[in-house]
Amino acid sequence: MYQYDQYDRSMVDARVAEFRGQVERRLAGDLTEDQFKPLRLKNGLYLQLHAYMLRVAIPYGTLNSRQMRLLGDIADKYDRGYGHFTTRQNIQYNWIKLSDAPNILAELATVEMHAIQTSGNCIRNTTSDQFAGAAADELTDPRPYAELLRQWSTFHPEFDYLPRKFKIAIIASETDRAAMRLHDIGIQLVKNDAGEIGCKFHAGGGMGRTPMIAPVIAEFVPALQMISYLEACLRVYNRYGRRDNKYKARIKILVHEIGAAEYRRQVEEEFAHILTLGLEPPAEELERIKGFFEQPGFEVGASDELDLSDPDFALWVDQNVHAHKQPGYAIVNISLKPTGGIPGDATADQIRLMADLARDHSFDELRVTHAQNIVLPHVKKADLYGIWQKLDEAGLAAANLDLIGDIIACPGLDYCALANARSIPLAQKISNRFADLGRQRDLGELKLKISGCINACGHHHAGHIGILGVDKKGVENYQLSLGGCEGADTSLGQITGPGFSEDGVVDAVEKATDVYLAHRAEGERFVDTYRRIGMAPFKEAIYAKEPAHG
Amino acid sequence: MKIITASDLRTGDVVWWTGDGWSRHVNDAVEAGEHAEAVIARENAKQIVTDTQVIEATRTDEGVRPAHIKDRIRALGPTVRLDLSLKPADPAAGNWVI
Repeated sequence: MYQYDQYDRSMVDARVAEFRGQVERRLAGDLTEDQFKPLRLKNGLYLQLHAYMLRVAIPYGTLNSRQMRLLGDIADKYDRGYGHFTTRQNIQYNWIKLSDAPNILAELATVEMHAIQTSGNCIRNTTSDQFAGAAADELTDPRPYAELLRQWSTFHPEFDYLPRKFKIAIIASETDRAAMRLHDIGIQLVKNDAGEIGCKFHAGGGMGRTPMIAPVIAEFVPALQMISYLEACLRVYNRYGRRDNKYKARIKILVHEIGAAEYRRQVEEEFAHILTLGLEPPAEELERIKGFFEQPGFEVGASDELDLSDPDFALWVDQNVHAHKQPGYAIVNISLKPTGGIPGDATADQIRLMADLARDHSFDELRVTHAQNIVLPHVKKADLYGIWQKLDEAGLAAANLDLIGDIIACPGLDYCALANARSIPLAQKISNRFADLGRQRDLGELKLKISGCINACGHHHAGHIGILGVDKKGVENYQLSLGGCEGADTSLGQITGPGFSEDGVVDAVEKATDVYLAHRAEGERFVDTYRRIGMAPFKEAIYAKEPAHG
Repeated sequence: MKIITASDLRTGDVVWWTGDGWSRHVNDAVEAGEHAEAVIARENAKQIVTDTQVIEATRTDEGVRPAHIKDRIRALGPTVRLDLSLKPADPAAGNWVI
């Protein structure tokens, strides 16, 4: 993992000291809320429905055990014993006192963490593939590039007040596990015919009010020019992005309105200019960063044998354990979606347990996924059973990865000041309705995602089944959409029709799964069947009138 | 009726204007009346609370009920963690917000 140098450390320490002073002045009445609000947001501190909420950055979702342990300790010491892992691979705490915030940031700084770039109209925390450095299908480890991106974007003066927030994802596999094309900029590391690594750039994607899939704007930019090309992309956006209307201010609107070809032309022009300035970080810096991401010292000849005589363990291995590039090792996905649970929530004890497991069994590494789960990336197969037993004791062994129980849900109206409807109770009802793991496995991969408002933090546009909560004259109402997908075959869900009550949408989800079961062909996922047969059969079943009784 | 709500500046706790101070319990809220803006201006100046706003509510047999579900959830706490709400002993407390 990357370790701070003196510059990183001094920047973060200075920011903590600066924010401490700002909080003191606010509490003393020397700053008004209008003056203070943009300052606290620059440090990830929001005022939500019940309290302040602190969102802590987890760069490209990567953590070591010391950092994870501290996240658990903060939950105990400053919050109410739990944290919420988010769809942007971060963690947020729901019950923070303003007066405690500087101390929390100071504690985070001791383990090289902070809350910078988790709010505001800046380049947000970069996300990446949770299997980076472990996946058999990756071209190269994307994390050094993500780290370079982090260093470039943090406190970049030109891009600190963009028209709107700006999200970048970077991956290095054909299998997109980061919803890359639904970001403002999505970068896929690729190889050209000469075997050189470069960046395939996508720009103008996003969810929210106007969902868009990012078109490709550059097939191959040499890796050592990644930052200059990003600089060009951002500069064109910063120049022309709509600052007069926040609903039209994201880059997706700009790219859509002027067209990908024109946006590309302007970026290329700017790129050519930037190259003459020699602003690109030196190759040695990328090499220095790569040095922090060397392959762990895997045991050569570790056994691939697994005793699967315990049926519950066997189910968990089948569903939650992913192939590793190193023989004898595996990638463990810890689902934070127990039946009827709150998606993404973990108690302080659970967080510390996962930290301990990473320290003892995963070369000290953990990852947070955009699906609100946790990954132990480098686990020896011989250790899997013992790990599973500990997870099971702690309520962390739900064997439902990528099944209908593995629901993404934003905090919704239970916590969020922007939300129009609750997401979590709905997720819990659906989770309970499909509690039978055999039923879930029969349905196969089925990504269900719930957002409590149009901002789409719950990624509902990308759900095979997506649910959007809306406010209908003061009553919660839920729109259902089908056919969304992230990954290499990214698509946006289509709304089925009129919305539902909370119970009604649970029934509608079940009816949609019934249609899938009735029509699926061999090997088809829910979304594949939807794409083949279209909306009509689903709509017919979902909105069919119940026969009259009596 | 119109009532005034805010967040405690230091803790972020939801609070309600009682006529002579702030309470965490919505049932302590009083009709803000025609002086709401003056109350807000005066209280904002004290820098004890933040995000002050006037909301619609009704007085029922069970107490003060904010008109909008968002304010009812603010008044109770998260319906999915009633143990952290203002009615931790009432497993049906969440029904109040619907």
